[in-house]
Amino acid sequence: MWFVALSTRESAMNADTPYLFTSVARTGTRWLASDRSAAFALALIAIIATVCLLAPLTAPYPPQVQHHIVNLKYAPPSLEFPMGTDAASRDVLSRLLYGGRLSLSVALLATLVSVTLGTAYGAAAGYARGIVGALLDRFLDALLAIPRLLLLMAIFAAWRDMPIWGFIVILGLTGWYGVARLVRGQVLALKARDFVASAQALGASRSRILVRHILPNVVTPVIVAATLGLGHVIVLEAGLSWLGIGVSTPTASWGNMIEDSANFARYWWVSLFPGLAIVATVMAFNVLGDALLKAFSPRQQ
Amino acid sequence: MAAFLIRRLIQGAIVVALVATLVFLLIHAAPGEPFADSLENPSVSESVRQTWRQAYGLDRPIGEQYARYVAAVFQGNLGFSTSRHRPVADVLADALPNTMLLMGTGLALGLFAGIAVAVAQVRRRGRRVDRLLSGVSLTFLAVPDFWLAMLVLVVFTRLFPLPIGGASDLFIDDFSTVGRIADRAKHLLLPALTLALLYFPIIARHQRAALLETLPAEYVVTARAKGVRESEVIRRHALRNAVLPIVTLLGIAFPALLTGAVFIERVFSWPGMGLVIVESIGSRDYPLLTSSVILSSAFVVIGSILADVVRRSLDPRIGDER
Repeated sequence: MWFVALSTRESAMNADTPYLFTSVARTGTRWLASDRSAAFALALIAIIATVCLLAPLTAPYPPQVQHHIVNLKYAPPSLEFPMGTDAASRDVLSRLLYGGRLSLSVALLATLVSVTLGTAYGAAAGYARGIVGALLDRFLDALLAIPRLLLLMAIFAAWRDMPIWGFIVILGLTGWYGVARLVRGQVLALKARDFVASAQALGASRSRILVRHILPNVVTPVIVAATLGLGHVIVLEAGLSWLGIGVSTPTASWGNMIEDSANFARYWWVSLFPGLAIVATVMAFNVLGDALLKAFSPRQQ
Repeated sequence: MAAFLIRRLIQGAIVVALVATLVFLLIHAAPGEPFADSLENPSVSESVRQTWRQAYGLDRPIGEQYARYVAAVFQGNLGFSTSRHRPVADVLADALPNTMLLMGTGLALGLFAGIAVAVAQVRRRGRRVDRLLSGVSLTFLAVPDFWLAMLVLVVFTRLFPLPIGGASDLFIDDFSTVGRIADRAKHLLLPALTLALLYFPIIARHQRAALLETLPAEYVVTARAKGVRESEVIRRHALRNAVLPIVTLLGIAFPALLTGAVFIERVFSWPGMGLVIVESIGSRDYPLLTSSVILSSAFVVIGSILADVVRRSLDPRIGDER
């Protein structure tokens, strides 16, 4: 993550690549050494992501296998099934790993969609002048006031059994307003800076100034927002899937693995572990986002 | 102030209209007819289906349907709930006070706890208590609403004789006012506690940052120089000036509160807007679903306008820029 902050600064000097990468590695290592919570969060994310993305190798069983629908239904944790089995006698640990792969991918892709859209819209709204800029502003204000969860509930209630890519796109489409507002503010502030004026004096076109001079400076706050947004999307996906309008069973996701409260009390292992996985992952992303924010804005320390 | 209020109200009305239009388009773009379940029934003949489509205006062009829908909403006619067999307006009128009670209690508890945590952290800033409380806030910030609600439900109903759901007991011994209030409070306790647990970290984190920002201010230095105790400095001098960011935050965090309420009501069967919305999804009750989504959006918009008004009356320096 830190390399982007650095590379934008260095790109102006047109630094040669080998030098850039060694200095990136050094800056990054120094940052992680100085901020232990960031190092811990990054390590945790790396471990969870690796273990989940390699689910076919790390999971003890395939996620859909019903081991014995009568004898092994809701089997408590044991050596054979470290996190027990669920209502359909499937291994909870295996489903947790495969579910994590899905939940993390959904969150990552949805965040990519919303960050791209938000950056584009925010840049346009911040850089456009006159009536267009004002209209883009007003529209953004209106979108920001819509409660996201309720809108998503209405959408997914109307479109049952939406394919997973549709689910991702809609999560992304409803998540870019915050990024757009952030980018708009940054672009407005950057527009007034001296380096933009000097680029103008050198005869750079408006689009060149936006793409080459302003947008690279927006990258760091967007990275912070994306990191914090990732955790939010994980929770959102879990909530929708738990309500039965997100990722639909039998495909495992961290949200739809969690059962209702009556079963929570009786067969705690089925619902406890996916919940803990969500808490650990989201916390790691939040801590990392906070640490990045601190690293990128030394004045706030 | 009046001009500002009018402008914000117009903005708010536009937002609600936008939500209503979005929801209308979504429902109509969705596959299947609104009454798919009964229309798929083979024993219902084609002529009956035609009659239904005519009765609900589904055979008209989409523009006309939209115009009728808007006109009906503005006349306060929200339609008829197909799952509850009652007018939608009646269902919502029953649910709204319950949600307001839950959200109000959760908000008050969360606000109080959040500010208390922030003050405790700032008094011992940089020390172990500060870091520990920051960790607690971060943890609760990462917990999914519905999962925390179930955890609270399972743990606390084991430990204490508390009801597992609903807003009141069907059979109570004491029908006096006091008895009823006690019954309601008993049912409210766990849902409100969950909401407060979800809400306090947002407040605590921002309040801590706001308090730390006021500490280098001259009036804080002056107070210290006069020999005022540190706890008094924070409580009387710093906190009063750090309240403004919280009021701003209240408006922004209102959707988070509503989101929490949706899941908490589902877990605790608390008969409010959230439960109505979730149940209307399950029963494909589109008139009820659309109306409750629109009403909830209006609720959020009004919350943010109220926060703006309070903020402006607390700080006369905030100009007319927005």
